[in-house]
Amino acid sequence: MSESVSRRDAIKRIGACGAAAAALGGGALWLSGRRPRGAAPAPWALPSWAVAAKAGAPDQVVVRGSPAKRLVEAALEELGGIQRFVVPGDVVLIKPNAAFDRPAWQGSTTNPDVLRAMVAACMDAGAAEVLVADNPIHVPEGCFRKTGLGKATEEAGGRVWLPRKVDFGPVALPGTVLDGWSVFLEPLKRATKVIGIAPVKDHNLARASMTLKNWYGLLGGPRNQLHQKLDETIATLAGMVKPTLSVLDGTRILISNGPTGGSPEDVIDGSVLAMGIDGVALDAFGATLLEITAADLTYLGMADRQGFGTSDWTSLDTREVTV
Amino acid sequence: MRIANVRVISQAFFLVLFIACLYLATAPRIAGFPTSIFLEADPLVSVAVTIATGHLYHVGATGLFLGIGLLIATLILGRVFCGWICPFGTLQHLVHWLGFSRSAKARIDGNRYRKWYWIKYVILIGLLVGAAFQILQIGLLDPIALASRSFTDFVFPVIDQGLRLLGLGGIAPSQTPVFAGAWLIGIVFFTFLLMSVVIPRFFCRAVCPLGALMGVFSRLAVWRIHRDVETCDACNLCLKGCEGASDPHGTLRLSECMVCMNCVEDCPCQALSFKFLPPSESAKPWPDLSGRRAVLAGVGGAILFPSLRRAGATVPLSGSPGWIRPPGSHPEAGFLARCIKCDACLNSCPTNVLQPAGLEAGFEGLWTPILDMRVGYCDVTCTLCGHVCPTGAIERLTPDQRSGKAERPDGGEGPVQIGTASYDRGRCLPWAMDTACVVCEEVCPTSPKAIYNRKQEVVARDGTKRVMQRPFVDPKLCVGCGICEHECPIRGPAAVRVGSHIGTI
Repeated sequence: MSESVSRRDAIKRIGACGAAAAALGGGALWLSGRRPRGAAPAPWALPSWAVAAKAGAPDQVVVRGSPAKRLVEAALEELGGIQRFVVPGDVVLIKPNAAFDRPAWQGSTTNPDVLRAMVAACMDAGAAEVLVADNPIHVPEGCFRKTGLGKATEEAGGRVWLPRKVDFGPVALPGTVLDGWSVFLEPLKRATKVIGIAPVKDHNLARASMTLKNWYGLLGGPRNQLHQKLDETIATLAGMVKPTLSVLDGTRILISNGPTGGSPEDVIDGSVLAMGIDGVALDAFGATLLEITAADLTYLGMADRQGFGTSDWTSLDTREVTV
Repeated sequence: MRIANVRVISQAFFLVLFIACLYLATAPRIAGFPTSIFLEADPLVSVAVTIATGHLYHVGATGLFLGIGLLIATLILGRVFCGWICPFGTLQHLVHWLGFSRSAKARIDGNRYRKWYWIKYVILIGLLVGAAFQILQIGLLDPIALASRSFTDFVFPVIDQGLRLLGLGGIAPSQTPVFAGAWLIGIVFFTFLLMSVVIPRFFCRAVCPLGALMGVFSRLAVWRIHRDVETCDACNLCLKGCEGASDPHGTLRLSECMVCMNCVEDCPCQALSFKFLPPSESAKPWPDLSGRRAVLAGVGGAILFPSLRRAGATVPLSGSPGWIRPPGSHPEAGFLARCIKCDACLNSCPTNVLQPAGLEAGFEGLWTPILDMRVGYCDVTCTLCGHVCPTGAIERLTPDQRSGKAERPDGGEGPVQIGTASYDRGRCLPWAMDTACVVCEEVCPTSPKAIYNRKQEVVARDGTKRVMQRPFVDPKLCVGCGICEHECPIRGPAAVRVGSHIGTI
């Protein structure tokens, strides 16, 4: 038996060993430059989803009457039609308040009839997709089921996006309490238009929870800590999300024991719906529904001073109609 | 000089160097020596931590690059590390040299390959698959981590105590450190060592996941042991000193060979040699592990580790465990994806506050560092644990980064807060027993102090009025160092205790 290897064999073996060593070294170099798994991604600054004003159309409308569907339709009509806000091909994200696993009559969540009408309007306007998303306090599946918001979404052709861990990422809001905070970003990244629909609610700490506080439902992370600076947080949210449209759903008004409610005595029939492009103004109007004033809501003043809207809602061109 | 003697010198050198590194990593001797070099040069640490984190941790050109370098050396030369360098291998070598039979026949039988030596490959596959799920348990069995932990937690304290009893001073600068549950660490260490009396290098041959990894990477080695069948007279004397039980008398099991060179020395016919590119047919390149077992090991790891985590055998996934990690530690999940339980941090800790967790930090957290403020406290100017951590589980901080004066690697602002102190007012002397105290406020190291007093008028039991100084905590200033808990005069659970960082905004 020959003790020496052939030249071909030697080249093959040395080559294989060298290639493996080079692959290992190269792989190590590449891996040394990669981000560690679990490292926070770069914060994302939310864009503005606002649309241009329309000549002759007001920026805010208050509609009284019933049923809820009619209120939504009338409000959109007064603002110049849904086409002002949604164009064919848009991916619309609607953020209702689905915070609690409670039936709609308790008034702690958005009225599903309002949501259904809004989803349907967006679909009619040619939206490619209508996403309905919230990061509720209670278990998300149960919230979307018991509130009726899940069913309303699907019936009108929209899609519920339940929050998953991977949907969250840090937001860029330098100099604010929310800088780097974990936010339900994925649906926001997909969306070309954003609409918020918030009920009118008494709130233990903030005094009232309406369109601005509704954005709190996009927050992840240890958001229970934010109660330490709740007014500051809500005012920051007013600048964080610049939506296409905000809807204040006053069909039911939670007047006490907020924001959870729980008893028929806590809810009154409001039969009113306000819609507009300025959430600060809408909330200022909403305060009157709770028989308080804009001045009672510290966060409205803070948002106003930072230029995120006006807390003097009467200064806006507001149309009031009854159906 | 005989090549085997050169190897013995190498083994002795690296064993002494390993122990010296551990000795020098103890405060206050630590002075910039690369004391974690063995852990960093451990290819299993490099590979598994990189799998778990998706990133190769390095400090400039060193850190876990060293382990990759050693793996490249293994590609070329085979498992030279096992036979020439590994301190835990050398210790086993020493034990079987002392304790195993001297008879040539017994040694030949003891060094025959046993068919269950494939177990180490199953262990390796299971552990690496676990790492892919970010569950890093290599530290339980990695020989360097195991030896580092055992010396730190068990061997050194025992020797230290012995020296003090003999009136010879000690290893530790002031008093012998104590480590909770170190007895179990010692039992594991000595069981593996003493198994070498029954089967030489039992751990290396049957258990060692690092040896298994290197066994796989030996496959393409261009230098290896070669037996010339024409010269060989089949006396089997080559088995007498074969450390790896790698069948040098037959077709060499390349994955088992530790390149100890004993066979070359022991062969009376000079049939064995360490040769460049010997004929392929004189060795089996792959480990003796059936594909079925390999797949089962992978599937087993993929089921076992995630289900252990899901089944709550591990940490709460809430991200706020009830134990305190060293300053600079990654958040719990990231910490567990990096910590190899080598306990280098415990070794470096000047106050003994760092302790090996038992099961209180979950199964996954076994022998990882946690702080026990009754044993020690975390000196707010100290960052040694991060500097000796080989994998970056505890990030390297400068004192300025720790105090918040310089930008922190985790992007956080202000001082590093490892926890927050809070009062148990039912146990605190000024709060519950009308007795002056506030030692906690006195020792609080931050400026301004996180613990402050309020003067409050109280009516004592006898009806007299007096003014008590009662302590409070400012959670924004408290860094969780635990010196308040350490110095609290209340026996048993202290009246001020550090829990997870409270997280005010």
